[in-house]
Amino acid sequence: MTKVFDRFLKNPEEASCGCEGGCCGPPAAKPEGGQTEARPAPLTPADHAWIIGSVETAEGDVPLVATRLNRADRNGTLLARLSIKRMSHAVRPGLYGFGKPDAWSPVFVTGNYKMSFDYLRRSLDGRDGWILVLDTRGINVWCAAGKGTFGTDELVARMEAAGLARVVSHRTLILPQLGAPGVAAHEVAKRTKFRVVYGPIRAEDLPAFLDAGSKATPRMRRARFLFKDRIILTPVEIAMVIKSKTFLGILIAWALGLIGVKFLSFNLPVVLGAVFIGTVVVPALLPWIPVRAFSLKGWLLGFLWTAGFLALNGLPATAGGWLSAASYLLILPAFAAFIAMNFTGSSPITSLSGVVKEMKTAVPLMILSAGLGLGAFIAAAVVA
Amino acid sequence: MSLRYLENVVTLEYDRDKCTGCGKCAEVCPHAVFVMADERKAKMTDRDLCIECGACMRNCPFDAIKVRPGVGCAYALMMSALRHRPAPVCE
Ligand code: SF4
Ligand code: SF4
Repeated sequence: MTKVFDRFLKNPEEASCGCEGGCCGPPAAKPEGGQTEARPAPLTPADHAWIIGSVETAEGDVPLVATRLNRADRNGTLLARLSIKRMSHAVRPGLYGFGKPDAWSPVFVTGNYKMSFDYLRRSLDGRDGWILVLDTRGINVWCAAGKGTFGTDELVARMEAAGLARVVSHRTLILPQLGAPGVAAHEVAKRTKFRVVYGPIRAEDLPAFLDAGSKATPRMRRARFLFKDRIILTPVEIAMVIKSKTFLGILIAWALGLIGVKFLSFNLPVVLGAVFIGTVVVPALLPWIPVRAFSLKGWLLGFLWTAGFLALNGLPATAGGWLSAASYLLILPAFAAFIAMNFTGSSPITSLSGVVKEMKTAVPLMILSAGLGLGAFIAAAVVA
Repeated sequence: MSLRYLENVVTLEYDRDKCTGCGKCAEVCPHAVFVMADERKAKMTDRDLCIECGACMRNCPFDAIKVRPGVGCAYALMMSALRHRPAPVCE
């Protein structure tokens, strides 16, 4: 069964989730890259509160956007963070201006995920420039670059559609560094005569980058995964578990146990604790758990938690009690390991090769452990 | 404290002979795997920090870097394995 993951080593692009953790597109329309038909009428303040006017260019009117976020922008960010309505926040691809842009103002490129767009314009408050929004189908730059939707072809097509070479007189584009997996700078230069400069990873570093003459410090170029960066991801992790069928099944079984289906009764708080470990504690303590594989991190903490809980209850007195304890120890650490393993996708430190290696060992062990645990659970009910 | 993942597993290869020292790989790598130590060639530092994003390979104009790009996401691998086909659709 470990073979099933090997095929992703040959065809990495076959790996695609159905998740809302950030990297999955909405029910995908075809990428629109390359369309050069009549441009749609420019957006106006009547379309979005964040559009505050327009600026005249050689290519017609270009919408001007605010560089301060309004309440609707912030609410949208909050909802996306809580994993609600994540995908309904897409910005129309195309060219926008901010401040008082002219033919010599810098051009920033981003994807059409509203949160990326918001962070970018907010960090440019007080300056003048252009923002070229690529059609990344509402997903963030990093994920889109991995899929190639934030890519050379889309960039070149979008520049042509916007007539960028006639709007600005200079020939420099500032791209987010995290877009680099999708874009070949030298190819863009060959095809458009525009030079691609990669800006810092985080939009908040843009002012310092620009003030230094478009030079990034090594710190600006490093992916960061601090405590706060990890914690902010945990609501999405929790939401993913809560929305899963497994979790629904657990709740139903527990409810049935409560209303008298005796053999289904189990301790819900200790199960929820295991979920909490996988979704929150492992991400929070990630660098300090002294093993490398994410699943092993989850298993270790899940085991400590479950064993601690059982120890508090003292030694079981009956055979049924022992079987039940065994079922907790076989199921819950494996469950926490499984949830923690899914955090690989949200972390910027894992490679495909590494995750495949981890899964080839961890997944069969999890299935075995959970299977034995269910067996023990049923046996405990039978004995009782 | 360590934010390191598994050792000795990534597919990154660097052919120093082909490098012209343009510096693009150091500009794009989010883990400083490539740095411009002396200005004439890129230097590959801690290979195990590589996450196989592929940015360096795509942006090297001289084909000096090879890596198999992919996404290190267990959930994506699992969902795709279960469906036995690529399924680029969100629920
Ligand atoms: S693949 Fe990405 S992480 Fe690895 S060396 Fe290249 S740029 Fe750095
Ligand atoms: S991008 Fe290629 S040629 Fe340029 S410094 Fe890096 S390895 Fe050398």
